[in-house]
Amino acid sequence: MELFNLAIRSIFIDNMVFAYFLGMCSFLAVSKKVSTALGLGAAVIFVLTVTVPVNWLLNEFILKEGALAFLGENFATIDLTFLRFIMFIAVIAAMVQLVEMIIEKFAPALYGSLGIFLPLIAVNCAILGGSLFMAGRDYTLAEAGVYGFGSGTGFFLAIVALAAIREKLKYSNVPNGLKGLGITMLITGLMGIAFMSFMGIDL
Amino acid sequence: MKFLRDLLDKQKPLFQKGGKLENLYYLYEAGETFMFSPKHTTNPRGAQIKDAIDLKRMMITVVVAMIPCLLFGIWNTGHMHYLAVGEAADFGDKFLLGAILVLPIVLVAYTAGGIVEAVFAVVRKHPINEGFLVTGMLIPLIVPATIPLWQVALATVFAVVIAKEVFGGTGMNILNVAMTARAFLYFAYPMQISGDEVWIYLGDKMPVDGFSGATALNVAYLAGQEAQSVTAAFYSHNNVVTDNFLSFTNSFLGFIPGSIGETSTLMALIGAAILIVTGVASWKIIFSAFGGAYIMGLIMELLAVNTYMAMPAHYHLVIGGLAFGIVFMATDPVSASQTETGKWIYGSLIGILTVIIRVTNPAYPEGIMLAVLFMNVFAPLIDHYVLKANKKRRLQRATV
Repeated sequence: MELFNLAIRSIFIDNMVFAYFLGMCSFLAVSKKVSTALGLGAAVIFVLTVTVPVNWLLNEFILKEGALAFLGENFATIDLTFLRFIMFIAVIAAMVQLVEMIIEKFAPALYGSLGIFLPLIAVNCAILGGSLFMAGRDYTLAEAGVYGFGSGTGFFLAIVALAAIREKLKYSNVPNGLKGLGITMLITGLMGIAFMSFMGIDL
Repeated sequence: MKFLRDLLDKQKPLFQKGGKLENLYYLYEAGETFMFSPKHTTNPRGAQIKDAIDLKRMMITVVVAMIPCLLFGIWNTGHMHYLAVGEAADFGDKFLLGAILVLPIVLVAYTAGGIVEAVFAVVRKHPINEGFLVTGMLIPLIVPATIPLWQVALATVFAVVIAKEVFGGTGMNILNVAMTARAFLYFAYPMQISGDEVWIYLGDKMPVDGFSGATALNVAYLAGQEAQSVTAAFYSHNNVVTDNFLSFTNSFLGFIPGSIGETSTLMALIGAAILIVTGVASWKIIFSAFGGAYIMGLIMELLAVNTYMAMPAHYHLVIGGLAFGIVFMATDPVSASQTETGKWIYGSLIGILTVIIRVTNPAYPEGIMLAVLFMNVFAPLIDHYVLKANKKRRLQRATV
């Protein structure tokens, strides 16, 4: 039940995009078509679900203060927290490479349409944000997995909904100055209002 | 009539191409088509026309459907005032007081919306249509009678510009315009649109001792906090004035505090009947939203962890703005799902979400506003998948 609550919380209430404004770059850039957004969203879910638990292990057994105690007395006071960013990013980059290879092999069309944004998942702030929130909130391993999956799903929902809206926008008559990113920003704001419905729910 | 026609015809050259006021053509056109039916018709060799309904008639139908809610809201505003201060008053007094409070709000919403609409029409050269009459009427009906007028104006301008005109005007928006106005007010000025104090106009008089202006939803929420039965709380609420103040019948008829037009489920249903008979609103959305709310209410009753959840499900349908929101906001043909299967999904999710937000989210006593906005956001996605499934099904049938 705790885990289920955490999943709901990370999908809707603490939505990566609308509650923390993370992952905006790919959210805005890869949301022109539903099919592409779907692919990117799925990739983000996968990367988050894998990297958050892996980073949890890293954090728990290497980086945390006193985590190296199992190596002996002398290591018990070592605090490697300052290495957190670089270690997390390294894990994420490796994982993204893996995803890239898999997508290139099995879905070349998607690989083509995602283009530069696939390798850029490595620097998608939502991914690093997921790992850092996990470290800051002292989750257990299971919670870390659920949290990664939940925040990925939240991002997925947001980007797919935005893509569908932008496809519908073809029939709108947007003023010239607002075409493209301008109107997308406005839509994001309006979607943010809609997502406010879940803020404040106490699970 | 002839005089009016002549007057308009005389002025026409002034506004047409080459005339002095060429830029203001759409203002002229709006005035002309508002008074006389437009002359442009479909090519006789064109499509088979079954009905002459156009955007103008559709919008006016919605305005007509809202009139019962408006009239009742005006009366109820006065009724609640005299009830709260403990004075006897007849029908005329109540209606007069309500009119003094409500009509300025309507006027301000119309003026503010109208000016924005006119400016955009002139600059962007698109016709003005009756869409703003609907928005301008909806906004007053979903705010409390005590709201400061400048907030009404600000919210109207915000909603018309950000939720409608940046997308190109009527028919092209993503979110329901009136709901956006209310959400804007709710997040920008929560003091004037939530709590126990704002729903009933008191003027400079004092309320009767022990009288509280809380809405039914607030009473239910508090009962849930205090682990007390909701129906009992409804029964004893404001018993200084009358017994069973928040009974099911009172809530259904609308003799309860709330936003101006939302209190009466009956009036909303009359509006729904007008909209369904004229084919303006989709009965599928209305039906599935009420159904979704009721079923979710039943599920909550089963799962109940507090007494608010255990509230009988049928109360969910009559308290708060659920009925009004479903009938007039959820069915907005622009921001709702466009596909027929999509309408069932869209409607039922609105009902379900409303009840979930109501009972689980202490930050928002009322859920319908955010449920409608949330589903507006997802309506294009629902349509996308309904269309895709349809394509797939038909491709399988195709024999090539």
